[in-house]
Amino acid sequence: MTQYMALLYYDRNQYWDSPQEAEFSAEYTEFARRAIEAGVMRGGEALHPVAMATTITVSGGKGGDVLLVDGPYAEAKEVLGGYFLLEAANLDEAIAWAAQNPGAWRGKIELRPIAPIHP
Amino acid sequence: MDATDTLVEVLRSEGVRVLATLARTIGDLAVAEDALSEATITALDAWPKTGIPDNPRAWLAVVARRKALDLLRRESARAAKETAAFRWGTGAAADQIEEAIEAMEPETSLRDDMLRLIFTCCHPALGREAQVALSLRTLARLEVPAIARAFLVPEPTMAKRLVRARAKIATARIPYAIPSDTELPGRLASVLAVVYLIATEAHAPTGGDAVARVDLEAEAIRLARLLAGLMPNEHEAVSLLALLLLTSARTSARTDADGNPVTLADQDRARWNRAAIAEGSAWLFEAVARSGGVAGPYQLQAHLAAAHSTAPSWEETDWARIVGLYDLLGSITANPVVALNRAVAVTERDGPAAGLAALKTIAGLEYSHLWHAAMADNLRRLGRPGEAAGELRTAVTLAPSEVERRLLQGRLRAVRPDLG
Repeated sequence: MTQYMALLYYDRNQYWDSPQEAEFSAEYTEFARRAIEAGVMRGGEALHPVAMATTITVSGGKGGDVLLVDGPYAEAKEVLGGYFLLEAANLDEAIAWAAQNPGAWRGKIELRPIAPIHP
Repeated sequence: MDATDTLVEVLRSEGVRVLATLARTIGDLAVAEDALSEATITALDAWPKTGIPDNPRAWLAVVARRKALDLLRRESARAAKETAAFRWGTGAAADQIEEAIEAMEPETSLRDDMLRLIFTCCHPALGREAQVALSLRTLARLEVPAIARAFLVPEPTMAKRLVRARAKIATARIPYAIPSDTELPGRLASVLAVVYLIATEAHAPTGGDAVARVDLEAEAIRLARLLAGLMPNEHEAVSLLALLLLTSARTSARTDADGNPVTLADQDRARWNRAAIAEGSAWLFEAVARSGGVAGPYQLQAHLAAAHSTAPSWEETDWARIVGLYDLLGSITANPVVALNRAVAVTERDGPAAGLAALKTIAGLEYSHLWHAAMADNLRRLGRPGEAAGELRTAVTLAPSEVERRLLQGRLRAVRPDLG
């Protein structure tokens, strides 16, 4: 089995918290319920808008000053708005699941295979 | 074909079959590729001395699987975690793999393995450039320098493209599988598009001076033959083979003795390859029989190529049929280039005024040298050389290659000798 991080990107003007997106919230919940039941979803959440983001850098290496920027790392028209972790036998299976999440038609979903780093 | 050509041909055609099965049994395309490359080198060394073995595929399979096991043993000596990520299957140890290879089914599963390999190389999660590179390297067994030359990119660029594509197949776990029945139409379309792209790249290379790169054309036909042979009931695969053969029949007539391009209207039809036309027509007949009366885009294009190939001259071409075929093609593809070719046929059927009117209705080709050249042709035939020259000047600036620029400049001089 391979784990895939599904990253949900939205147009700034069509972010999941905008009023016109409210009608889809039940579909997100329903997706999560089915995916967890099928044993393919290993957690996931929505992210508050980028206006709530703080970007941190430790300057000059480990132990250096912590520098903060109010906002996201990259200013872009399309922003990360949520994520979920999929566990699937292969990419085709992961694609088939991700394509059922409303994020795939309200925005875009990027699937990235996980490179495990824990021992 | 001399002895070396025969040897290379055997290595290429049998090599891909050995690779297809080996990739499934060891569960790793990259390792299978490396193993086959090593086996090929061994064969190139041994066969000139011993002669080509009676069963070259079995010979290659034995050597390649031995090489693969060596590679896997070396690899499993490294951290297990590192290698685990590069398996399709269960991350089996070399010994288990050896057992699996012993149990390898023969001929019956070869077709499925070939299809697995094809659909993996053309998986839609890979970019078109990667699909093309993998198809030529992995399926057609072309060497990297040859592929790089054909696409006018530096060799390290092409090598990197292939490495990246193979790494994605392994890491993102693109499955080594034949698509399900529901997915098949879309996935097959992607495979056919790759082969068609290779053929069109051969037909109209961007940049450079060669009018047609015969090598890529031959490779596209080779791949199309492979697909038609593996999927004889997929009529569009058969149609694609027919189309490529019919188009290739004209290749040698597309340049004159000085290497200048010759358009279809001016080609010496005696130089067309009659054998390729006959074979292409036969495959088209097959495709029609299997399509149940519903022609796909490749079949329609093959009919168009056949209509040209069997016409005694440009003037005696069945233009009404050609316009009709373009109408059908336009109804399923909505491609402005189809509309352009239709307009050219309308000129021949109904005259330049009708052709000009048809051209003016096409949107989206403002930057195509072909559209401006077609405008110029109609204007010239309507006795409006000034406007024709203006269109040709625009066409010259938009032409994507030197040979096409030369052709258009020639026409410009013919329309307005004073402007030379």
